[in-house]
Amino acid sequence: MATRPLWLRSFGYWAFRYKRTWRSSMTVSFLEPLLYLAAMGIGLGTLVDHHVHQVQGVSYLTFVAPGLLASATMQVGVSESTYPVMGAIKWVKTYHAMLATPLRVVDVLRGHLAWIVLRLTVVSGVFLGILAAFGLTRSWEAVFALPAAILTGLAFSTPMVAFSATQEKDGAFAVIYRFGVVPLFLFSGIFFPVTRLPGWLQPVALATPLYHGVALCRSAVLGDASLGASIGHAAYLAALAAAGYAVARVTYRRRLVV
Amino acid sequence: MAFSPRSSLGPGAPPAEAVGGAASATVPDSAVRFAASSAEAVDAPLVVARGLVKRFGRFSAVDGVDFEITRGECFGFLGPNGAGKTSTMRMISCMSPVSGGTLRVLGMDPATDGTRIRARLGLVPQEDSLDLELTVLDNLIVYARYFDIPRAEARRRAVDLLEFAQLSERAHDRVEPLSGGMRRRLTIARALVSQPDLMILDEPTTGLDPQARHLLWDRLYRLKQQGVTLVVTTHYMEEAEQLCDRLVIMDKGRFAAHGTPRELIDRYSTREVVEMRFATAEEQAAALPLGEMAARLEVLPDRILLYTEDGDAILAEAQRRGCSPVSGFVRRSTLEDVFLRMTGRSLID
Repeated sequence: MATRPLWLRSFGYWAFRYKRTWRSSMTVSFLEPLLYLAAMGIGLGTLVDHHVHQVQGVSYLTFVAPGLLASATMQVGVSESTYPVMGAIKWVKTYHAMLATPLRVVDVLRGHLAWIVLRLTVVSGVFLGILAAFGLTRSWEAVFALPAAILTGLAFSTPMVAFSATQEKDGAFAVIYRFGVVPLFLFSGIFFPVTRLPGWLQPVALATPLYHGVALCRSAVLGDASLGASIGHAAYLAALAAAGYAVARVTYRRRLVV
Repeated sequence: MAFSPRSSLGPGAPPAEAVGGAASATVPDSAVRFAASSAEAVDAPLVVARGLVKRFGRFSAVDGVDFEITRGECFGFLGPNGAGKTSTMRMISCMSPVSGGTLRVLGMDPATDGTRIRARLGLVPQEDSLDLELTVLDNLIVYARYFDIPRAEARRRAVDLLEFAQLSERAHDRVEPLSGGMRRRLTIARALVSQPDLMILDEPTTGLDPQARHLLWDRLYRLKQQGVTLVVTTHYMEEAEQLCDRLVIMDKGRFAAHGTPRELIDRYSTREVVEMRFATAEEQAAALPLGEMAARLEVLPDRILLYTEDGDAILAEAQRRGCSPVSGFVRRSTLEDVFLRMTGRSLID
C-alpha cells in the first residue's frame, strides 16, 4: 500500500482543523475584498476620479483593486505564519505531537507551509473572482494575478514562519503588524503610485516585497505586464520566499530538536 | 493468549465492521508488520543503550548510562526532578538526538531511522499536547492519520480505545473542559492508536488526584498483561513497585541503582522499618542508642527510622528501656526507602 508523504500528513492536520472554522473564514475572505472595494474604489474613487480623472490611465477603482489583492495575501501570509506557529509550538503543542509520530521537523514545516499556500490560493481566488465580477479585470492575462498573489503571500509567510519559531512570546507579532504590515499597506503603491512619494523614500518602497507584489498583480490584472519587469518582480518575491524557507528549516530545527 | 494491541484492542469491534472494505485493506498490512517485527530475533532487546549521554551545552543531563529493555516487560525510570529521566525518555523516543554513546531502538539507530522507529512507538509526553479545540474522538483520529492509518480504521480504533480509557461518553466533547485525569487517559489512548511495539510514558500520573492515578495505573497494568512493553517514569514509588518488572533509580544523570523492586529493597534496605516519633528532642535523643540493634539508623527532625529485619524486637526493647514515643510502629520496607537512601532527602530543584 502506497504511503502518504510525511508532509501531507502534517498538512492533513491543518485541513482537518479548518473544518471547524471554514465558514467564518470564508465569510471574511468574501466580505473583506467587498468592503475594501466599496470604500476605496467607490467612495474614495469617485472623489479621486472627479478631480484627477484617471490614475495611470485607468479609473481609481481599477487602479486600487489589484493592489488590494496583493495586500490581502500579505495579511493572510503574515497572520497564518505568526500566531498559529506560536500555538503549534507553545500553546497547543501540535508540532510536538507530530514529532512523536513518524513525521520529521522538515515534514512539520512543509505541511504547515503547504496549508498556508492553500489558504493563499483560496483567498486570492475569491478576491480575483470578485474583481472579475466587478468588471475590474481588463484582459485574460488577469489569470496570472493568481500565482502572483500567492507568491506575494508566500514571500511574507516563509520569513514570518522562520521568525515565529524563534519567539518565546507573541508580543513581537503586534509590533510587526503595526510597524511592518500597516506601513507597507499604505506606502507600497496600492493607493497611489510610489513615484508620488518623496524622492528619498522611493528606493525604500521599491525594496519592500509588497511593492513588487502590487506591481506584479496590477500589471497582470490590467493586462499591461512586460515580461522583463514581471520576471524581476517574481524573482525578488521567489528569492524572499526561498530564503525564508531556508532560514525556517534552521529555526524550526533549533526550536524543536533539543 | 498474550494479545498484543497490534492484533486487536478490547472486545469492541463487531465482526461485521472487521470485514468492511477499509478494514480488510489494513489487516494484511498489519499482519505484514507483525510478521516483520517477529522476524527480528524474538529475544532481542527492544532498546539497548551503551554509555548513553545527553548534553545541553556543558551540562550533562544523562551522563553515560547502560540499559536494555526487553519485549513484554515494564521498565521504570525513577529519580528526583532533574535526574535525567525525561532526557533519557526523549532520546529513546527519537525526539532528542543522542550526544554520546550508542542507542538502538527496535534494532535501529535513532539518528538515521527516526521515522521508522517512531512509527512503532507510542509516546505519552510529560506535557499534554492534545488539541483542546478538537473533540476527544477527533484528537485520536487526527493522531492516527500521522501514522497513515486509513480514516475508517482510525475511527474504529479510536472508538475501541475510548472504551479502554473510559472516555466513550465524552467522545464528542471538546478536550478543553476535560479534567487532568481524563486528558492523561486520552493521551495514553492516543499513543495506543498506532498499536505500538513499545509504549513510552513520561510521568503519566504526575499531578493527578488519587482516584485518577489509580484508574490510570490500572489501565497500564492491563496493557502490561496484554504483553505491551512499557517504559515509565514516575515519582510514585508504591506504584512503580507494583507495576515495574525492573527499574533504575537515576540521580544526577547516572544510575544509582537497578534491579527488580524486590532486589532493590533487599539490597539497599531491610525487611522492616521501625518509625518512632517523640514529643521532645530529649526523649528522641534518649532513644538513639536503639540504633545499635538496627542495620541502619536515620534521624529526621521529627522522628527516627530504624532499618531492621525484626521490628517488633526493637519496639519491645524500646518499651523495656522506658522509651515513650508518641507513636511507634513497624512497617515493611518499601521502594521509597530505597529511593530516599539512593537520592538523599534534600530537595533538588
